[in-house]
Amino acid sequence: MNTLPQQLANGLFLGSMYGLIAIGYTMVYGIVQLINFAHGEIFMTGGFGALTVYTSLPDGTSIWVALPLMVIGGSLVAVLIAIGAERFAYRPLRGAPRLAPLITAIGLSLALQQAVFNWYPKADNALSFPQLPGGPFHVGSISIQSGDIFLVVVAVICMSGLAAFVRTSRTGRAMQATAQDPDTAQLMGIDTNRIIVIAFAIGGLFAAVAAVASGLKYGQVKYDMGFQAGLKAFTAAVLGGIGNIYGAMLGGLVLGIAESCASAYISNIPGMEQLGGGSWANVWAFVLLIVVLLVRPQGLLGERVADRA
Amino acid sequence: MRHRSLLILTSVLTTGALTLTACGSRSDDGKKDDGATTTVVIGVDAPLTGANSATGLGIQYGVQIAVDDANAKKLVPGVTFKVKALDDKALPASGQQNATALVADKSVIGVVGPLNSGVAQSMQQVFSTANMVEISPSNTNPTLTQGKTWATGDKVRPFKTYFRTATTDALQGGFAADYAFNTLHKQKAYIVDDKQTYGAGLAGIFKGKFTALGGKSAGEDHVNTGDTDFSTLVTKIKNSGADILYYGGQYDESELITKQLKAADVKIPLMGGDGMFSDTYIKTAGAAAEGDLSTSVGVPVTTLQGAKDFIATYKSKGYPGDYGTYGGYSYDAATAIIKGVKAVMDANGGKLPAMDDARGKLVEAVQKTDFDGIAGHVSFDQFGDTTNKQLTVYQVKSGKWEPVKSGTYTG
Repeated sequence: MNTLPQQLANGLFLGSMYGLIAIGYTMVYGIVQLINFAHGEIFMTGGFGALTVYTSLPDGTSIWVALPLMVIGGSLVAVLIAIGAERFAYRPLRGAPRLAPLITAIGLSLALQQAVFNWYPKADNALSFPQLPGGPFHVGSISIQSGDIFLVVVAVICMSGLAAFVRTSRTGRAMQATAQDPDTAQLMGIDTNRIIVIAFAIGGLFAAVAAVASGLKYGQVKYDMGFQAGLKAFTAAVLGGIGNIYGAMLGGLVLGIAESCASAYISNIPGMEQLGGGSWANVWAFVLLIVVLLVRPQGLLGERVADRA
Repeated sequence: MRHRSLLILTSVLTTGALTLTACGSRSDDGKKDDGATTTVVIGVDAPLTGANSATGLGIQYGVQIAVDDANAKKLVPGVTFKVKALDDKALPASGQQNATALVADKSVIGVVGPLNSGVAQSMQQVFSTANMVEISPSNTNPTLTQGKTWATGDKVRPFKTYFRTATTDALQGGFAADYAFNTLHKQKAYIVDDKQTYGAGLAGIFKGKFTALGGKSAGEDHVNTGDTDFSTLVTKIKNSGADILYYGGQYDESELITKQLKAADVKIPLMGGDGMFSDTYIKTAGAAAEGDLSTSVGVPVTTLQGAKDFIATYKSKGYPGDYGTYGGYSYDAATAIIKGVKAVMDANGGKLPAMDDARGKLVEAVQKTDFDGIAGHVSFDQFGDTTNKQLTVYQVKSGKWEPVKSGTYTG
């Protein structure tokens, strides 16, 4: 059996999730040049928000009824936390040296993780998350889980929605203007504070959707699920060209597929047996990142921004 | 890895701060030798939060019940035992911090723990330098007692302060391979481990025995602890034609692997060691766990006459965690220390020597341990390994771990 189609599909699903989370990194960076390291934790709180909605629904509620409510609940939690983080952690530091908000972001990330760990009931272990019934579905030699279908569908919807929003709406154009030059944008009458809040909110929304998809796919949420996912999504954002929303999605897909193929095939190369397998996936992901950044420092779809380097 | 190093730094600072306060307040307790009772503390180190904590809490409360029993029965006249439990989060670095803290606390005479073999490696030297007894109820990696060259028959005990009431993976891996090949008639095993001391060791031993018996390795892979996506691995297993998956590691990853494996229509059982013998595994994996197998040390705790009271107490007190795997062994490990303390005092005219002296004498006393515990006979060989070599294979049937074969394995 040729496993390549299946491994590509595996990478595609994983990459869609990275991409959804990466949007949060890239939008915030594009507008305020801040690496929001707490974004992984915002993703995690979205998952817990959705789980809370699910557990508070009466027993026996159909998953198809529960799912939209979970997405809404999770998004609410994640968006509120993202906006709160912007308002109380980052805004006071705007204009401070770059390192200050960066360290704040790391601190916030730890604080959110520990808060959920301590205060969410039984969160010290993985909590089980409902899964979609049905599946696996077979397309040729590829088998697809129902959770994966949800993931890809929402990724496509979210991305095309975001693209349309940024391109056509008034707020979207204001965002582009702010990203280009915040000072001039402000002089032109754009409320940049509002734009920044919206960027955080969209990032939180996408993270929550990704968290619900992750919960459905793996059947669990965990207080530290944001750490690795966040790191990978950040990598994806840089790979695609940080600041560029299409780059985030592309970077996610490339990273997911690279990881999947690296752990599947590298060990088949003679002499590389020791360097393949699942445990090396992260290593190859970062090797890819380094190689891409050596050739294209601005990332796959990034633009050269000399004045901000 | 920025987050993790900060996380560690923070926990190190916190542990340090806690240790300082602990020393300040407790040093008095140990020296209260006013003729009434002396308080002697038995330390516990196990993961009490996060990964592996269900099993870790089983160790903490197993020791707690042993200590409560000893105090109630006045097993050692004039001594009241107390438990001091520290959380190692299944991290070697935290384990070493805890070991240092326990050694520094002059009221602690000996320690039960840790759960993970990898954590034990980071603690052994600390206890050895302090000449303090450490009895693990669950470490199964052979090198801990028999040295790095154990596989070639050149066994050297690295630390004379380290003992364990669980038998080793050398026996457990072999027992599993024997069951998979001879009883289940499996021919091709796909072998995966988590690269940790315990998991990689166990998987390696399984592979060696399985192929020696005539089975084939359909492939091998390694995963990272904390990973959640195993779709690539599942595809490889599916394609390899394996008829059993052997996993060396903890339940945190294996429960996800089995779930993703079965979801992809690969209907082969996952077999693992005592690290995944936990109710949490079944709870998380759900229907996917059905038919999966696990070996564990000892015989089922529920079948032991002596453990009836223990289980009843555990349940009636409403203690959290999972006593099924190591609760009995933890109880016996703590009892070995308690009996050791009695022996030390008897040899010293009924009084406890100064703590540094007492710790050293306790090591000798524990080496001579010989009693019937609740999980079987307790005594240690020249390596500090238990002489109780019983093992059991469990299988998930109707959502419960059911014992399918018990026996002793000698290699």
